[in-house]
Amino acid sequence: MSFDKTTVARISRLARIATTPAEQERLAGELGGILAWVEQLDEVDVAGVAPMTSVVEMNLKAREDVVSDGGDAEAILKNAPSSAHGFFVVPKVVE
Amino acid sequence: MNPTDLTIAQARDLLAKGELSSMELVEAHIDAMETSRELNAYITETPEMALAMAQDSDARRARGEGNGLLEGIPVAIKDLFCTKGTLTTAGSHILDGFHPVYESTVTANMWRQGAVMLGKTNLDEFAMGSSNLTSYHGPAINPWKARGDHRARVPGGSSGGSAAAVAGRLALGATGTDTGGSIRQPAAFTGTVGIKPTYGRCSRWGIVAFASSLDQAGPMTRSVRDAAIMLRAMAGHDGKDSTSADVAVPDFEADLDKGVKGMTIGIPKEYRSEAMAGEIEALWQQGSAWLEEQGARMVEISLPHTKYALPAYYIVAPAEASSNLSRYDGVKYGLRVEADDLLSMYEKTRAAGFSKEVKRRILIGTYVLSAGYYDAYYLKAQKVRTRIAEDFRDAFGHVDAILTPATPSAAFPADEPPSDPVAMYLNDIFTVPVNLAGLPGMSVPAGLSGEGLPLGLQIIGKAFDEATVLRVGRAIEHAAGFDTRPEGF
Repeated sequence: MSFDKTTVARISRLARIATTPAEQERLAGELGGILAWVEQLDEVDVAGVAPMTSVVEMNLKAREDVVSDGGDAEAILKNAPSSAHGFFVVPKVVE
Repeated sequence: MNPTDLTIAQARDLLAKGELSSMELVEAHIDAMETSRELNAYITETPEMALAMAQDSDARRARGEGNGLLEGIPVAIKDLFCTKGTLTTAGSHILDGFHPVYESTVTANMWRQGAVMLGKTNLDEFAMGSSNLTSYHGPAINPWKARGDHRARVPGGSSGGSAAAVAGRLALGATGTDTGGSIRQPAAFTGTVGIKPTYGRCSRWGIVAFASSLDQAGPMTRSVRDAAIMLRAMAGHDGKDSTSADVAVPDFEADLDKGVKGMTIGIPKEYRSEAMAGEIEALWQQGSAWLEEQGARMVEISLPHTKYALPAYYIVAPAEASSNLSRYDGVKYGLRVEADDLLSMYEKTRAAGFSKEVKRRILIGTYVLSAGYYDAYYLKAQKVRTRIAEDFRDAFGHVDAILTPATPSAAFPADEPPSDPVAMYLNDIFTVPVNLAGLPGMSVPAGLSGEGLPLGLQIIGKAFDEATVLRVGRAIEHAAGFDTRPEGF
């Protein structure tokens, strides 16, 4: 399958990464190469095989449904590039 | 003897006897860090914190307390572990100025055992790489050089700064993380020991996430015994990581010297290929002979899906990375590039904050998870992954451990890295299957290449059987008698 600039533009929008036309050109080649290489997986017979969902055999533990942390807005905002009155500040989204 | 030449075990014994103080040990390391800055092993040095922690440790010992596993031992921390109040970069521009307000579980465990932090070590950006060349803070340099060749060599990656620090005598041990070989490959490239434990053995809480179903933390040291000591201090169940295993952490040091007599050790035939370098093949045969001489039974085994591990990995790991790295949005922490609207702010921030390799992986991951492609790529890769895990399960029905080379070559020159992404990915050909199956794997230095650079062998074990991995590693270490060190360090 060919991997073109339009596809790169579409996925970079989905990934929220701005790309220039020149970068899209380069990435189309690189990503196309990687995807062509992974297509060898089609050789593997996976009929009836369950996809791996748990890396080692263990059951997820249940815990008490109680609040164990939180209520520390100051700590959460400490690294924010912009904050005010206990909130993160972002560019205006509602006119 | 310079205190920086000690192993953790030796330093521990001298500290216990009162023949050395943590302060002396830490001061010697701070001096070494200052004179070896050309290695760029550390992104952030924390000498003041180290001196304060050493002073506390010596005071505890004087009070008759201080019986932690790493009491007074200076270590380096890969800059992927969140350390409260200390800059944590993940080797990326996008985490500029990030000072975590919490401590990762693994580092907290180590401080509780008395360890002292020397600083945060360099790494490939977001742990994505096999060379340390993708760090925003510049490449870390391997203390080793090839004979008659003065070009800088890469220390491997992604835990390249940790490997350089340990090999260059700038720490007694260091933490690493391993998603596809990021502990074992740099250990092999620097003549050090590195173990990636079983998935779930160490908590992932507070470690900057790359691929959550593959990431594991582990120690990097100058001896197998040190790896056993340090792993015990790092490991353990943690309620804050739902994939952390609630199994007892054994004293890995206890059975270390019991040898391999009576063990059956597998040699997977699929790891041998036409393309394998002659000196790697010879090293592998030598390792096998050493184990046989010590009483192990060596048998050929088959892991039929080995060749599909790398392509499966390069779907699963980027897919998980694209999801994990969506949190870097210019809002919560780190870099922000201002723009008039929110979407442009996200796009510009992420374009400026991530380097080429990270963008490449996020885009691949976004693509394979996007509508219409999920089944063809991600689901398929997870099924292949089941096949790979089954291969290992079948093999471990009749062997105790598996022996392979750690890397397909010795460290390459920093100015001549593999030419394209896929060629670079091939560095992890022997290590990636182990992450896909969640098993423990260790790299142990076993000899030198024709150019005089270190080479490692890998031991793979059953889930939660790091004790056997360490025991086999100790047997190889004993036979190899690897005591060469990089010139000038």
